[in-house]
Amino acid sequence: MVKVASNKTKMREQPPEERIRNFEEVPYGYSMEEAVAEANRCIQCKKPSCVQGCPVEINIPEFIRLIKEGDLRNSIRVLKETNVLPAVCGRVCPQEEQCEKYCILAKKMEPVAIGRLERFAADWEAQQGDAEIPRMKKPTGKRVAVVGTGPAGITVAGDLIQLGIEVTMYEALHEAGGVLVYGIPEFRLPKRIVAREIAHVCRMGVKLIKNVVIGTSLTVDDLLKEYDAVFIGSGAGLPWFMEIPGENLNNIYSANEYLTRANLMKAYRFPEYDTPIAHGKVVTTIGGGNVAMDSARTALRLGAKRSIVIYRRSRNEMPARDEEIHHAEEEGIVFHFLTNPVAYHGDALGMVQEVECLRMELGEPDSSGRRRPIPIEGSNFRIPVDVVVVSIGNSPNPLIPNTTPGLETGKWGNIIIDEETGRTSKKGVFAGGDVASGAATVISAMGAGKKAAKSILQYLRDGKW
Amino acid sequence: MIQIVDRSMLVPNIHLLTLEAPLVASKIQPGHFVIIKANEKGERIPLTVADWNREKGTVSCAFMQVGRSTRKLAALKMGDEVETFVGPLGKAIDINRFGTVACVGGCYGIGSIYPVARAIKSAGNRVVSLIEARSRFLLYWEEKIRQVSDALIVSTSDGSKGEKGHNSDRLREMLGEGQSIDLVVAIGCTFMMYAVSEATRSFGVKTIVSLNPIMVDGTGMCGACRVEVGGKTKFACVDGPDFDGHEVDWGLVLARRKAYIRHETVSEEAS
Ligand SMILES: Cc1cc2nc3c(=O)[nH]c(=O)nc-3n(C[C@H](O)[C@H](O)[C@H](O)COP(=O)(O)OP(=O)(O)OC[C@H]3O[C@@H](n4cnc5c(N)ncnc54)[C@H](O)[C@@H]3O)c2cc1C
Ligand SMILES: Cc1cc2nc3c(=O)[nH]c(=O)nc-3n(C[C@H](O)[C@H](O)[C@H](O)COP(=O)(O)OP(=O)(O)OC[C@H]3O[C@@H](n4cnc5c(N)ncnc54)[C@H](O)[C@@H]3O)c2cc1C
Ligand code: SF4
Ligand code: SF4
Ligand code: FES
Repeated sequence: MVKVASNKTKMREQPPEERIRNFEEVPYGYSMEEAVAEANRCIQCKKPSCVQGCPVEINIPEFIRLIKEGDLRNSIRVLKETNVLPAVCGRVCPQEEQCEKYCILAKKMEPVAIGRLERFAADWEAQQGDAEIPRMKKPTGKRVAVVGTGPAGITVAGDLIQLGIEVTMYEALHEAGGVLVYGIPEFRLPKRIVAREIAHVCRMGVKLIKNVVIGTSLTVDDLLKEYDAVFIGSGAGLPWFMEIPGENLNNIYSANEYLTRANLMKAYRFPEYDTPIAHGKVVTTIGGGNVAMDSARTALRLGAKRSIVIYRRSRNEMPARDEEIHHAEEEGIVFHFLTNPVAYHGDALGMVQEVECLRMELGEPDSSGRRRPIPIEGSNFRIPVDVVVVSIGNSPNPLIPNTTPGLETGKWGNIIIDEETGRTSKKGVFAGGDVASGAATVISAMGAGKKAAKSILQYLRDGKW
Repeated sequence: MIQIVDRSMLVPNIHLLTLEAPLVASKIQPGHFVIIKANEKGERIPLTVADWNREKGTVSCAFMQVGRSTRKLAALKMGDEVETFVGPLGKAIDINRFGTVACVGGCYGIGSIYPVARAIKSAGNRVVSLIEARSRFLLYWEEKIRQVSDALIVSTSDGSKGEKGHNSDRLREMLGEGQSIDLVVAIGCTFMMYAVSEATRSFGVKTIVSLNPIMVDGTGMCGACRVEVGGKTKFACVDGPDFDGHEVDWGLVLARRKAYIRHETVSEEAS
């Protein structure tokens, strides 16, 4: 075996003390030399184990080999054969749980930085101007409506249009992109990247209709009258609260609201933009996932002196990606582990002032395999706060199921689908992404979109259900 | 982009915008609201609908100019466009055979109560409409509302027209005299809806109010619009906006409206 450098080629980043004062992207991305150096670490396995870790089975050794050879145009082609959003996935995929986890090198040293290389190839393509329009199949005369413009919807639309199917995407908000535009912050995923991908599917011929809420402006049954099939990719956008006393005080936000105000509505540029957001000295985020890290890091950039994360288990059980936790720690986010809020206390104007917490200890593992947090009786204490962001999870919005007779849903309001085909209980209606799986990942939503696109095509051909 | 096909000032500070929005017009029902965003940098703000024309595909909203976003809307001229106009949102008012229904409006709600009164009337109910304003010159749509009502009762705070006082005073008098009212529906400023709910409470007359908390998306995605009804947290945009006024935690509704009071000053100073 050739000698391989044991660590990933480092990616340069904005230093923490600087980046907490702006919304610019944190990592700068590889230069050509850095990318080639990293690509050279890949030993081009004959049976590449990395591929099984990628939900859309990108031909990883091949796209990396092409980077080594400096043939970026073909490298991006390989990526795009299976992944229409490489610039997004290269940035936000939890690679340590996916492709990189299975990289052969990971047994002895750091795996190949597959995500960084994917990002590199995609960013290179963006610098060359508009992306290539792939070869399109002859129009079939069939029409499909896609509900929601998150990664699931974009994937379905992008795949079907190439197969000669007319596609119209419907979006409830005034901007397309789903969580990629309203949730994930600018400093992790610049919005121009998402805008470029949306523009790309539109250039391929996908029609985009914004500001239409399916379920109220039009129902799924209305769509079925006009289209041969419908794909629902409406995500898991309903925020959970803990339902504890005082939770409706002012300046207590759901993460969705906090991030939507900051990202989509650009509240960080208030008063140039009209949407306000509370700027607190002390901002406390409740939760331990990616969404919590995004909220806590956004708070710093909005000027918080102290950004605290309260999580009921310990660091080991945190569901957030390692890279995000690491970035958060570098930026000076303060973590209170084994702590859980039980009430909020406010002032006479109804503004939150304190969060009352209980200390926790870890018991036996629960159904998720993580050790269950158990409250310690009488350990109550209070933390003074100005702003609270509740980031404990989301489930699918019931608007579509409630207005679509015959569409079956599960315990969490998720639309029930056949995993392999994306078929729902209603003829001609497919679904995938977070609306079916519950809150998951960008790449799994895209994987679901791919499967659904295939079976939609099949259904349009034979009409069988 | 959605075009303004008509606009007018109804009375000082209250404007009527009519927009060309065929999809919204084809689906809208009394009690629904829309979200409007004037331009790229604008806020998304909710407005109830005051009227619509399904054939022409137009929708009208009456709104009161209170801050930056409503001032932006007030400055729009015929032919101008707004970036976002999405709806219908929320649940429509349940229209049924109730008996006698009091349809109550104040400020922008005089406009919003009109289609409600019209629908309730054509469902075969007896409609008594009550509208109020500070003074005579702030009243509008009296004739329009009279046409869809069996009776119209006007109140002004200064007594310059109709009875002196408020809708809530009138309801208290009517119910006190033993007049039979089976349902009250009130739309307008928070305080008026609160006062109406308090007036009807001891008489046990069901009172529906159309809550107007701060919103962002209007589709159940953010929770900005949280209200407490019957001790439970509800999202006004999807669970409402209409709720039983006797069950609403009014203190919370009033407090949550003031969440951005300091920002509003900054925003006003910047514009
Ligand atoms: C803050 C945050 C950070 C995250 N970070 C990561 C990360 O680092 N890595 C990762 O892999 N995943 C991350 N995720 C998860 C990931 O973003 C989601 O799993 C993914 O976006 C789901 O894609 P989707 O297409 O199913 O739905 P979404 O992206 O949720 O898109 C759904 C779209 O449908 C629209 N819609 C909803 N209802 C209607 C309706 N009735 N009519 C019309 N349109 C409608 C919505 O407005 C939205 O645009 C994060 C999520 C959040 C919230
Ligand atoms: C479902 C729903 C339907 C609504 N329908 C209408 C409608 O048909 N017409 C309409 O004019 N408004 C309506 N509103 C209220 C409207 O959305 C707000 O007035 C608007 O968002 C104010 O934006 P702004 O930027 O102009 O003012 P801001 O700068 O946000 O507010 C300025 C100040 O005025 C106060 N204020 C705002 N609105 C009101 C109000 N209605 N009554 C008393 N005080 C207020 C605020 O608390 C604040 O202190 C509705 C609200 C909801 C939730
Ligand atoms: S899409 Fe995600 S999982 Fe697949 S190779 Fe790229 S970074 Fe890895
Ligand atoms: S497993 Fe690792 S070394 Fe092997 S092909 Fe995949 S990325 Fe390269
Ligand atoms: S306005 Fe966002 S949930 Fe109601």
